[in-house]
Amino acid sequence: MGGESSPKIAIVDESPIRAALLEEGLREAGYTDVVRIGEMQSLLNRIYALDPDVIVIDLENPSRDVLEQMFQVSRAVRRPIAMFVDQSDAASIQASVDAGVSAYIVDGLKKERLKPILDLCISRFNAFAKLQNELDRARSALEDRKVIDRAKGILMKLKGLTEDEAYVLLRSTAMREKKKIGDIAQSILTASELLK
Amino acid sequence: MTAPLRIGFIPLIDAAGLIVAVEKGFVRVEGLDVQLVREVSWSNVRDKLNIGLFDAAHSLAPVPIASSLGIGHIKVPIVAPLTLSLNGNAVTVSPPLYAAIVHELDGDRLDPMATARALARVVAARRRSGSAPLTFGMTFPFSAHNYLLRFWMAAGHVDPDEDVRLVVLPPPFMVDSMASGQIDGFCVGAPWNSIAVDRGVGRVLHFGSDIVQRAAEKVLAVRQIWADKNPHVLAALVRAVFRAAEFAEVPENRTEVAQILARDEYIGVDAGVILRTLEGRLKVASDGTSREDSRFMMLAREDASAPDPLQAAWLYAQMVRWKQTPMNREGLKRAQAVFRPDLFEAALGRANAQQTGSSAMGAFAGPVFAPETIEAYFAALSAEPGSR
Repeated sequence: MGGESSPKIAIVDESPIRAALLEEGLREAGYTDVVRIGEMQSLLNRIYALDPDVIVIDLENPSRDVLEQMFQVSRAVRRPIAMFVDQSDAASIQASVDAGVSAYIVDGLKKERLKPILDLCISRFNAFAKLQNELDRARSALEDRKVIDRAKGILMKLKGLTEDEAYVLLRSTAMREKKKIGDIAQSILTASELLK
Repeated sequence: MTAPLRIGFIPLIDAAGLIVAVEKGFVRVEGLDVQLVREVSWSNVRDKLNIGLFDAAHSLAPVPIASSLGIGHIKVPIVAPLTLSLNGNAVTVSPPLYAAIVHELDGDRLDPMATARALARVVAARRRSGSAPLTFGMTFPFSAHNYLLRFWMAAGHVDPDEDVRLVVLPPPFMVDSMASGQIDGFCVGAPWNSIAVDRGVGRVLHFGSDIVQRAAEKVLAVRQIWADKNPHVLAALVRAVFRAAEFAEVPENRTEVAQILARDEYIGVDAGVILRTLEGRLKVASDGTSREDSRFMMLAREDASAPDPLQAAWLYAQMVRWKQTPMNREGLKRAQAVFRPDLFEAALGRANAQQTGSSAMGAFAGPVFAPETIEAYFAALSAEPGSR
């Protein structure tokens, strides 16, 4: 941290997994003072109690507007904060909005110290989104496999096929009808339910 | 057919013009393909519009002015070619605060001056007894909600920055925060006041229209640079949304409009509450007392849709009054230029501005506002004891 003490970073995120991923990334990068806020009730008071230098918030969080208040000068706001960008840094804003994260810098911290933190948040947010996509895909693949296994069982019983023959029949039908094999299997299950 | 337009909106009843324009085919008639994108915060709407992820947005009326002037955020010139709504807010207070105000009241409870003075006495009594200051919720620093609350309080000599706490809360959290006692009142748009009343945790004290008769609430916002590059698309969009707003104003259409808005992908609340709001007929107390005002929310009535630079100037004056920006004549001029009646009239093929309705603000207190005499306006306000 170049001799300067590690800035205190508050992560405001209702997704505990993503927040944990972010915290881990920040700690690996040498930021030792990281706190997670997952509860949005009286967010401003929690933030004042923590008194962070940097606030990171996910863009799907309606409480983002609460932070906007901290730009204002009033008794309710003790330390004014600013958005992470200056006028010249539109690329940063674009990248962070795309990733779904926003960062705020609290009065006193130098802007150049925020940039690496923000970049790290952007990459972790993107990594999380990718992970979630993969998870969703894996989950649907697993679902497909269960459906295919049951459809194979039905074909084997009704048509006296071996398991391999049943699978080949499913696959060739899917190819001919330009559909996914899982969809063909599902229609067999539906049909067999109806014909019961 | 042009490329689909992405338009951001917040699930509120005053997004009706945009939603109806899509659902009832007004955009298709204009050869437009529009994708509405529901957002969770005004900050998101602003940022996504500013960086071009949205072509247009349902925006709080003061936000394009703040963006164009670079107040509180990065500077991006934005224009408003159409007003989506005038008014539509209400001030709701908790039952205990309502009782305290009524106890101190020495006038008509519908008169904002009487309630503001009563509030001042409640505030003074709390200070004497060492109670915590009252806390009021509003939705965004650059919002009519913030300015209406402040205007009302200041008229009764309550200093909104010193005597009470004003906090930003996302509208869906307002009612819960009131129920749990974290806030004593709020100013928010429909349907949230009605929901607080229905849940028995709030009492509507004033309609926004009691405080200011014509207050620009939401506008259609686009980037200046986008407006310059796409004049025909912009004109088509303005026409489509204007026709949709007119459609939504017709009493016979309201039930259908309420059902469209009620759908989960739009607002996701009971159609009955939406219908009452469109009719300007709100339940104000949990005993069923209701109140009606044809000015409660105006989508296209009384020439509401034409952007009015006077409104922009008034909003700028509120930003100055509450120290969000220092006063200067250049800023005032630029603020007025954000609201573009010329684009609105051109889109509708009307040669000259045809302001048919009264363009006065109609504030319940304070000097008459005119941009030409803005300095005198501030001088008159600060001459009042206890104001700033």
